[in-house]
Amino acid sequence: MVDRSFADRLKKVYSIYTGGLILLLILLYIGEKALGLSPTFIGYVFLFGTIAVYAAIGVISRTGQVAEYYVAGRRVPAVFNGMATAADWMSAASFIGMAGALALQGYNGLAFIMGWTGGYVLLGVLIAPYLRKFGAYTIPDFLDARYGGKLPRFVGIVATLIVSFTYLVAQITGVGIIASRLLGLPYEVGVFVGLAGILVCSFLGGMKAVTWTQVAQYIVLIIAYLIPVTVLSYKYTSNPVSQLSYGFALQGVEQRLAQLKDDPKEKEVREIHKKRAEDLKAKIAALPQSWEQGKKELEEKLKAMPADDPKRAEVEKQLKEYPKSPEEAKTKWTEAMKRAQDASKPPRSYTAPPADAKGMVNFLALMLMLMLGTAGLPHVIMRFYTTPTVREARTSAGWALFFIMLLYLTAPAYAAFGRYEMLNLVGKAFSEMPDWVQKWAKVNLITVKDLNGDGIVQFAEIFIHPDMVVLATPEIAGLPYVIAGFVAAGGLAAALSTADGLLITISNAISHDLYYKMINPNLSPSTRVKIGKALLLIVALLGAYVAKFKLAIIVELVAWAFSLAAASLFPALVLGIWDKRMNKQGAIAGMVVGLVVTIIYLYLSRFKGIELFGIKPIASGIFGMPLNFIVAILISRLTPAPPEKLQTFVDSIRYPKGAVKAGAEE
Amino acid sequence: MLSKEQLEGYWRENRNLMLLVLLIWALVSYGAALISGFLNKIVIFGFPLGYYMGAQGALIVFLLLIIFYAKSMDKVDRKYGVEEE
Repeated sequence: MVDRSFADRLKKVYSIYTGGLILLLILLYIGEKALGLSPTFIGYVFLFGTIAVYAAIGVISRTGQVAEYYVAGRRVPAVFNGMATAADWMSAASFIGMAGALALQGYNGLAFIMGWTGGYVLLGVLIAPYLRKFGAYTIPDFLDARYGGKLPRFVGIVATLIVSFTYLVAQITGVGIIASRLLGLPYEVGVFVGLAGILVCSFLGGMKAVTWTQVAQYIVLIIAYLIPVTVLSYKYTSNPVSQLSYGFALQGVEQRLAQLKDDPKEKEVREIHKKRAEDLKAKIAALPQSWEQGKKELEEKLKAMPADDPKRAEVEKQLKEYPKSPEEAKTKWTEAMKRAQDASKPPRSYTAPPADAKGMVNFLALMLMLMLGTAGLPHVIMRFYTTPTVREARTSAGWALFFIMLLYLTAPAYAAFGRYEMLNLVGKAFSEMPDWVQKWAKVNLITVKDLNGDGIVQFAEIFIHPDMVVLATPEIAGLPYVIAGFVAAGGLAAALSTADGLLITISNAISHDLYYKMINPNLSPSTRVKIGKALLLIVALLGAYVAKFKLAIIVELVAWAFSLAAASLFPALVLGIWDKRMNKQGAIAGMVVGLVVTIIYLYLSRFKGIELFGIKPIASGIFGMPLNFIVAILISRLTPAPPEKLQTFVDSIRYPKGAVKAGAEE
Repeated sequence: MLSKEQLEGYWRENRNLMLLVLLIWALVSYGAALISGFLNKIVIFGFPLGYYMGAQGALIVFLLLIIFYAKSMDKVDRKYGVEEE
């Protein structure tokens, strides 16, 4: 049942909340201009102010009831579930990273835009309504009920944990980075502040609190994302709708890139990069001697310098940043070599698709993995268990995509403006770099170095970190610091909301699926919730512990999570609903083959450099996913049909109501 | 309870809708990407069409597809009397 008055009350509460948020922005703006509030103070207001609100929602929504703890009482209206799903879905990578990747990669970056939205069509049509009709709590619940037995459940638990934990660590890492940038706190402190922010809402109220917090977080992140780019768009074109206005920037970028292709000064810099890449290659080949020699040279140079030499500090810094071991030297130098190689090539057109077949195959494969992975990610699917009806589960996918699109339709505008501004630097003197370049150069998000010594900036002399595009836009648009701080708070909201959803998914997989369903089914409801909460705490601490190491591989792992989900859970879910003949043997064999093949290919392509058809590690599921389908169908046809009881189960989830006996709702 | 024919009829209509939706889904994303070099020759308000499809066009179609499927299934639900009250 859809509860009207409940929905109306929600609308009222969130309208007041949004009004309060805008009021806070205005007050802080006045504070900054009239009272001269410091950026650090504004940063603290945003950080603790938003976390306090999320915590308050957590306290208000506290619960000890099983259905509220796991599926928010199944009374979340489609619109609000859409907002919560959007916040659940969009992580720091969508908020900060995506526009930057688009700006740097041009057309190739669109694989993320289409891939991360196209999955919702699959969810809304192939999966969400049926899982809602089934009406349990988790994906392993579904696999157990559909295929019968503990083994399908167990494989589902393993896949859920692999996929969700890497994702969680990446979110906590993101929170740490944003908190440290916003407030200048050490990264580790940022991680634990973020951890507190995640726990305050999920610990007390489970899915119920997470849902209502995610709605609040969505409102923060979308307003924060839209303000800077809207102002910038108005400045350029006097049209505030950036999503429609950035065509001029695309044209400008293309013209400028075409001019730069044959510019003699650019060619000169490209030659310097080429030479550098060759030097690095030789140095990498001569490891570990080259590492020792480089270190010795620096040390001797420092020794030979008089104590009052002004250049001393520079050499000291170089020595401090020098790789600590030959292994570290190999990673760092390989990275630098790749960058130099890229910079030595003439710039590609921004809007043209990949020119060669290999590039196109990778583009399409990546897009497919991102779409199927989205539709197989446990923390996203779980959200569709919380709607009141099957009908609302269908529309909820639409609302989710709508709220996600508000950000995704804007990201290409951010990217085009960012690239445009970057090209505007070209041809200027080094002495006239705008303030924002100097500010972000301090934290190494942008590097502009006069390589050929002509005092003029060349395109090949600019290096930009992808995160820079969104973070620097408030300053490029000439907005006060309040907005820059608010953008950081938006990024924080994006990371926190995703982390919350993941945390709940992981702790449910362990407490509900593994412990309650497989080890000790005699637990009372209140004990189940208590165990869930205890696990939440443990998983969160474990996630923060791993995030503390700030491993470079984490970002890659998240991209792999999509391939893993696409090759393991997605086929088992789709076949379970759409293929009545699918049985336990087929589904298990398919999932195992999909997971194993994907992991093997990941290992071979990432660490051994072995690539089939030139497929990159990020799209590695492209082999395991179809194999999963083929193996599952073959094995299921060679083994007996699923028992009568399970076939009736399939019917029960296929029809919204009344056709056959109701599902297993608790 | 519905008869076996009715159950099958409902599911057939659902399956056909699903196939239609996924066909359009594939055309606007994968299909458009494959011919985006050609589409880029068409420029509207500064947007090369091939790039635009990937950046915004496909997304808008995705949303319309979900709405279309949800609305159509509402009708099918009512036709077979399996809608929720």
